[in-house]
Amino acid sequence: MSDTISVTIRVWRQDGPDTPGRFETHPQQITTDASFLEMLDLLNEQLNDRGEEPIVFESDCREGICGTCGVMINGRAHGPQRATATCQLHMREFADGDEIVIEPFRAAGFPIIRDLAIDRSPLDHIIESGGYISVGSGAAPDANLTPVPREAAERAFDAAACIGCGACVAACPNSAAQLFTSAKVGHMALLPQGQPERWSRTEAMVEVMESYFGPCTNHGECHEACPKEISLDFIAYLNRDYVKAKVKNRALSGQR
Amino acid sequence: MAQSTRERYRVGPVRTRKRAWPFPLNIYQSAVGRKWVMALTGIGLVGFALIHMVGNLHVYEGPARMYEYAETLRTLGGGLVPKSFILWLMRLGLTGMFALHLHAAITLKDMSRHSSDDAGLMSGAKRYAGGRDHIAATYASRTMRWTGPIIALYLLFHLADLTWGWWLGPDFVRGDPYHNVATSLASLPVAILYVVANIALALHIFHGAWSIFQSLGVNNPRYNHLRRGLATGIAGLILIGNLSFPILTQTGLINEDNRACPVNDSDGLVCLAEEAEGH
Repeated sequence: MSDTISVTIRVWRQDGPDTPGRFETHPQQITTDASFLEMLDLLNEQLNDRGEEPIVFESDCREGICGTCGVMINGRAHGPQRATATCQLHMREFADGDEIVIEPFRAAGFPIIRDLAIDRSPLDHIIESGGYISVGSGAAPDANLTPVPREAAERAFDAAACIGCGACVAACPNSAAQLFTSAKVGHMALLPQGQPERWSRTEAMVEVMESYFGPCTNHGECHEACPKEISLDFIAYLNRDYVKAKVKNRALSGQR
Repeated sequence: MAQSTRERYRVGPVRTRKRAWPFPLNIYQSAVGRKWVMALTGIGLVGFALIHMVGNLHVYEGPARMYEYAETLRTLGGGLVPKSFILWLMRLGLTGMFALHLHAAITLKDMSRHSSDDAGLMSGAKRYAGGRDHIAATYASRTMRWTGPIIALYLLFHLADLTWGWWLGPDFVRGDPYHNVATSLASLPVAILYVVANIALALHIFHGAWSIFQSLGVNNPRYNHLRRGLATGIAGLILIGNLSFPILTQTGLINEDNRACPVNDSDGLVCLAEEAEGH
């Protein structure tokens, strides 16, 4: 059954990367059937009607698979519901009279572009540094040419579910990108196709990650914030592979 | 054309990479490597805390057995090495592990501050105004950077108290640990300090012992559920053992009422040695 609730929105407004920001308060009447982003859309229409600047926030697919949306809602990345991206969050998660504080994901590696929009390109830089995988690019290979153990395939798929939204960095008290990087490293390190460049990739991705983000102290906040519930086990896998890579690369490339 | 004249916008790194040190020191340059060092030295330090606690249980066997235990530590290696040689090797190892653990912790905290705590400064906001309810992070994991310094300060106090004997003055008898412990812990402020510091130590180990597995990548889904219990068990054992000393001294179980030997560092120690011999 749909209800209408009144909530108070306290939203972060910031005109540009280098300008100080502030909170703005807007009362809002909204049906509980609306999604969180629809609520923001309606708020923006009201702002437009009044001739004010609408709130800048990012979204794309609105079905929880692209990783574009993502804000801190009451101090939790992607809001109160577990395993849910901001776009899949609905207003029925809130009660009448609630105050909802909306902030951008904060980390030194995520500069704010405007309001709630942040620049997550450091995550792309980590991916770029991972380079390529060696696969034949001719005709389609025969089916089952490369056998993959079922367990490895399942596990790799768990890691590949990462949508790169940055919630792990936002939720981490150290702003570490370990969960993101470990998912990206892990899904290739688990599969036979990812083996040839496994060690150089792990080394490069960790080092680029550390130039933007903090160290991991195993709090586990990232896993709780993750809309895809990526496991902390991948972080352990990354930590092991990184030190292995440091040793292996030296052995294979001759006293580098 | 127009595009090529402008450099593509790119978010700059938060910290620049320094020149690489030679292998294997370059592992320590990365945060992941530093966490390895934290974990490896952590294993050594937790092991020490556990063995130290178990060894100290000799205090419940009386002054002679406690003397014998201390003397055994000094004469480790028997006649093969000079007296106290192995003990000093272990002390050096522990000091080294402490130094590395501290250095890694301080530099990692610095790194965390640059990438996290400073994030809001530009925009003039604290990190999250919406309140930050930690879901997975425990009280222990969030206070590591406070329990750590508490333990370090306590350690210095503990050495000054029972190894160097700075506070006990003439009451301190080198080589008679039972007497020193009973005298020092009989003072209420000292006993309270030991209790508080050991609670900090247990909290530190509660997160640290679990964290070791994650930092070293010792991870097997088949055994992962045992890690929490193991860390809690080790922290609990060390907590119960270490808390028993100040509490039981205060309640009067550890005292010198039934002591047969005189308290001094000449014939007192000889008497203790003879009593331990006849045990």
